[in-house]
Amino acid sequence: MDAINLTKSVNWDFIEQVKKESGQNPSFCYQCGNCTAGCPYTHYFDYPVSQVMRLLQTGQKDTILNSRAIWLCATCESCTTRCPCEIDVAHIMDTLRIIARREGRVSEKDIKLFYDTFLDSMKQFGRMYEMGVLLSYNLKSGHLLAGADLGPKALGHGKIHFLPIKIKGRDKVAQIFERFIKKVKKHD
Amino acid sequence: MTEREYAYYAGCSLEGTASEYDTSLRLVLKMLGISLREPEDWSCCGSSPAHTVNHVFAAALAARNLAIVEKTGLQTLITPCPSCMMVFKKAQHGMTKSESFKQEVNELLDEPYGCGVIAKSALQVIYEDIGLDAVAEKVAYVLPDLKIAPYYGCILNRPPDIAQFDDPENPVSMDKILKAVGVEVCDFAFKVECCGAAFGVPKRKMVNQLTYKVLSMAQDCGAECIAVACPLCQQNLDLRQDQVNRTMGSSFNIPIIYFSQVMGLAYGYSPKELAMDKLIVSADHLIRSRVPVEEFRKVQEAEAKKKKPKTEKAGTKEETTTEETK
Repeated sequence: MDAINLTKSVNWDFIEQVKKESGQNPSFCYQCGNCTAGCPYTHYFDYPVSQVMRLLQTGQKDTILNSRAIWLCATCESCTTRCPCEIDVAHIMDTLRIIARREGRVSEKDIKLFYDTFLDSMKQFGRMYEMGVLLSYNLKSGHLLAGADLGPKALGHGKIHFLPIKIKGRDKVAQIFERFIKKVKKHD
Repeated sequence: MTEREYAYYAGCSLEGTASEYDTSLRLVLKMLGISLREPEDWSCCGSSPAHTVNHVFAAALAARNLAIVEKTGLQTLITPCPSCMMVFKKAQHGMTKSESFKQEVNELLDEPYGCGVIAKSALQVIYEDIGLDAVAEKVAYVLPDLKIAPYYGCILNRPPDIAQFDDPENPVSMDKILKAVGVEVCDFAFKVECCGAAFGVPKRKMVNQLTYKVLSMAQDCGAECIAVACPLCQQNLDLRQDQVNRTMGSSFNIPIIYFSQVMGLAYGYSPKELAMDKLIVSADHLIRSRVPVEEFRKVQEAEAKKKKPKTEKAGTKEETTTEETK
């Protein structure tokens, strides 16, 4: 990591925003590195989770929100479980990802696309339609053959439905989505 | 036995790729005197994708289901999928802790949720409410060839404040349940390592690398198969095992069995009833040796009788050798 000039680059508002939205206090972190030591994804992160915590303490908004780490975190809760300062680190990572999403900063486009495809399916049918999500993801991502090797296996073992299961109250589920979108627009 | 009634939320995976988990769990719970009531017209819990959007939104998608359960008057919701369970538990945790959060969630719902439902894993209900003695009592068959690595995955017991069950670093409930049904359980160091979770589709290679570690560790501890309690772990380890072999140059052929299927086998249900044929890596060779408990005992007794004279002979031999050395 490059040297950071703290006199010029600390975004205090960002620190406060994350504190408020996550309900966590990042200043409790004393950089022991326990979170990183147990993180199964650390080899794939651009910044290990303990560094994300340090970047947060120093208000490095752009570096954090543009990082791949916040999207590659699977919320496996290892960091939260092992933090000696009882910081809910996974919840902070989740909050950072939410803020990045809100600001349209997506360093891992495929991951976000997968999540969005999943949610679209849920909004449409009330439940997640596995095959629909996969096909739709492949089309939108351009990875047309992603998981194609699994299809025949899953189908052969009768593990996947051809058609979606639609619930009666799918409009009620869709309304939760719409009320949420309305609420967000109102605050903007 | 008096039947106890619980609410039961299968979740989307158990209707599709994890239908064998649903099938086997229903049989086992019935055997243990538990009757299940499904929340009417339940919807998807929102899983991982929803909490990357907003926490109130995620809690609302979960709470719609909890509100349906609440109306039935049932207070415990058996949730076999750890992802659904954690979503329910987090919604419950957030809504009980903060009145304003609760209000925000309920504003998104048609019918407000009053926070009266506790989601528990099937493992927790079996371990705490049924108990190991009752679990052992129903055993009718012995599975001599099953040597299992119990795999809990990441969020069944974590974070401890929210999971509120078993140990977050070294959970033992599945170990003990499997031992109670007479199966040999290995000491598995990777029981809570993450398998790659929902990244199988957008980050296939990463998931293959992570599951490779889990499979290797299971093999190293001498396990013939892995028992799971999560549809996503099962999918990443079983459906993607061929992918792992291709990506990593390995040659794993390790069956990944739901713990409920193992229990069902010990209780005498047929592999077909337990939907064992849905497993991609077949477990047939491991369960072929299954024998009724009575028969197993007879064989054991006969073997013990046969052995007796041999041990006497061995004893005399030893005496002579010691005499010789003298």
